[in-house]
Amino acid sequence: MNLLRPLFAGLGALALTLAADAAGGAKKAEAPEGGWSFAKVPAGQLDKESLQRGFQVYKEVCAACHGMELLSYRNLGEKGGPFYSDEYPNANDNPLVKAIAAEYEILDAAPDEFGDPVYRPAVPADTFRSPYPNDQAARAANGGALPPDLSVITKARGKGAEGDGATYVYALMKGYPDPDKIKSTTDAEGNPVNYLEFDKDYTVGTLTQPLGVYYNPYFAGDTTPQWEGDPRHKPYGGFIAMPPQLPADRVEYMDGTEATTAQMAYDVAMFLHWAGDPKQTQRKSLALPVMLYLVFLSILLWFSYKRIWRNVAH
Amino acid sequence: MSGHESTYEPKLGITKWLDSRLPIVRLAHDSFVDFPTPKNLNYWYTFGGILAVCLAIQIITGVVLAMHYTATVDEAFGSVERIMRDVPFGWLIRNIHMVGASMFILAVYVHMFRGLYYGSYKAPREVLWLLGCVIFLLMMATAFLGYMLPWGQMSLHGANVIINLFGAIPLVGESIQSWLMGGPSVGNQTLQRFFSLHYLLPFMIAGVVILHIWALHVPGNNNPTGKEVQDVEKDTVPFHPYYTVKDGFAIVVFLIIFAAFVFYAPNVLGHADNYVEANPLVTPAHIVPEWYLLPFYAILRAITFNIGPIEAKLLGVIFMFGSIAVLFLLPWLDTSKVKSMRYRPVAKQFFLGFVVACLLLSWCGAENPDNPIIKMGDDKLVVTYTDAAGLEGSRVFEEYAPASQFRDETAAAGGTASLGIQVAPAFRFLHLSQLMTLYYFAYFLIILPFLGLRERPKGEPDSIHHSILGNDAPAAAPAE
Repeated sequence: MNLLRPLFAGLGALALTLAADAAGGAKKAEAPEGGWSFAKVPAGQLDKESLQRGFQVYKEVCAACHGMELLSYRNLGEKGGPFYSDEYPNANDNPLVKAIAAEYEILDAAPDEFGDPVYRPAVPADTFRSPYPNDQAARAANGGALPPDLSVITKARGKGAEGDGATYVYALMKGYPDPDKIKSTTDAEGNPVNYLEFDKDYTVGTLTQPLGVYYNPYFAGDTTPQWEGDPRHKPYGGFIAMPPQLPADRVEYMDGTEATTAQMAYDVAMFLHWAGDPKQTQRKSLALPVMLYLVFLSILLWFSYKRIWRNVAH
Repeated sequence: MSGHESTYEPKLGITKWLDSRLPIVRLAHDSFVDFPTPKNLNYWYTFGGILAVCLAIQIITGVVLAMHYTATVDEAFGSVERIMRDVPFGWLIRNIHMVGASMFILAVYVHMFRGLYYGSYKAPREVLWLLGCVIFLLMMATAFLGYMLPWGQMSLHGANVIINLFGAIPLVGESIQSWLMGGPSVGNQTLQRFFSLHYLLPFMIAGVVILHIWALHVPGNNNPTGKEVQDVEKDTVPFHPYYTVKDGFAIVVFLIIFAAFVFYAPNVLGHADNYVEANPLVTPAHIVPEWYLLPFYAILRAITFNIGPIEAKLLGVIFMFGSIAVLFLLPWLDTSKVKSMRYRPVAKQFFLGFVVACLLLSWCGAENPDNPIIKMGDDKLVVTYTDAAGLEGSRVFEEYAPASQFRDETAAAGGTASLGIQVAPAFRFLHLSQLMTLYYFAYFLIILPFLGLRERPKGEPDSIHHSILGNDAPAAAPAE
């Protein structure tokens, strides 16, 4: 089939890219059961209620350390966003968005008439307030680790397929070991030592968790130096400076949904996926019409080709 | 085709007036309407048209992107994201440009493999082939420069790797390096010159494309038989409408694949690390170029040995650039008189091997060279120790329990011991890339030159119309 050749060539290029992996020993993240609603072909869409809950998780938990400097409050009320409303096509008029913005006090870019800095409540046009004034302050407050900006975190993880990054966030947030499994003892000098015991298949041994970092199988890294056991079968993953953030009921959802760890991880992953590509709703709504148009046009051209060439042996 | 008479007849007053002053409509008519084209071109020949469309798409979307992009290290990353977020349909324009780069190069690879298979580089089309190679080089440069612009981690560190290659050149290497970077390291001044050049090169490509089409229209198209047109009536049809409709169909099918990437997986052809803003202090664990550069990257990394006084690093650079340079020599390396590999049963097999070698090289380029492909045996444990008496030694174990027991006993007895992995011998990506690099060069430098002298072609038709209608067929019916 001559027709299929360009298609195979395209798939070949795709396969090559998929082979290009650099996940640094981390466990492969699995999407939630049933997959992500937004990754469905031909026209997957975000779950708006989940987005709203995810924003609540971001606001009440993540925002304490992580900024989102590419987002403005108005984005929340734009089409496809968590608080979009048909009544307010201009997000700057959306009272909900205005109220959310007004909760934050920010430094105005312009000083007052005497040249003094002006602090004022944010408006929808302002960008999300960052938790720290600069990277140094962020590191100082987090034991030397820099909490990454979350604006495009879902595009910066995985292999670039739709939902890869959300899957990573989801797996990471609920991937911490059960707190009951982390045991404590003291070393010869009386310092506390936390450790985890593994006994699954060939991975048998003890993993020491250094103070100030936390084991997570989905976080890229190397467990070898902390592993007491067969080095050929060390546990996946590495140590992350962020403690487990989403124990059950960490937030109280306004819509009454039960705040399990998995639910919160799912919602915040959905929210961050939206934030990484806020125009994805438009992209996915336009996808099907474009594809149908091109397929229809190719059919017309195929018959034109057959007709024009009908008397020419070739 | 040269020698074929123009059939253009201006009808309107204005076209008559123009035709006697600047016969540009006549030129277009003779080149794209009444141009005699072999009847037997298959779908592999539609990629020229597809590439023209790709170039136009890249230039149009690129000009719009440049209106919104800021080429400074502080703002580049954010400005690309703002295009995606705040510019009307900016997400679509940027996705098309980003995916378009991959589709453009995918199409050029198919176009080049087609040329290799049907011998389109042979007399009288050597200049056509050389111009194509120049376009290919310019495309590679443009793609590399463009990948720098979003100023992500891969942009910065990929640029570093490539620019460092020039440092391997003796004597002038370091000067070239700082000349490219515009300073001692990749920084703002590099980004600005890369942006400037990224805007310039596509127009140079467009210029060379015009020469390429000119060089095509002098001897006319090659075709799957490799036979030159002998009888315009029997062998050819006018380009329009026959090939406008056939190319048009292929272009739309290609656009379906293109659109599938743009709308359903815009980021799958890139690398996730490029959505992390560039940071010179943090090097990504695994620097890989874009997929289309992977075969060349694999060749670069395959050279891990010195030859005589030439060190491995320089040798790798020589081989990498040599892999493209050899394409320029191809018209004089292939000694076979028969153009199309359809009638070269042995060469056909080697060509297939060449395609496989290129694909395997891409695979090697994406993987860590030390990763095993086929393991020979299992990894073992090795305990290296210094015992209480100060004697050094090592012991190898299959199982963990006795190994750790031995280590602990040695330590308890007053010595020191540590446990590590003894990696089993394996056939690694490095080995595969070395074999495939060898084949890549052997194909051009040994197989094609010698095979052409010895091979017995099979079943070559007398002419294009004979191949269509069979050699036994009576006089062919003229085309309409």
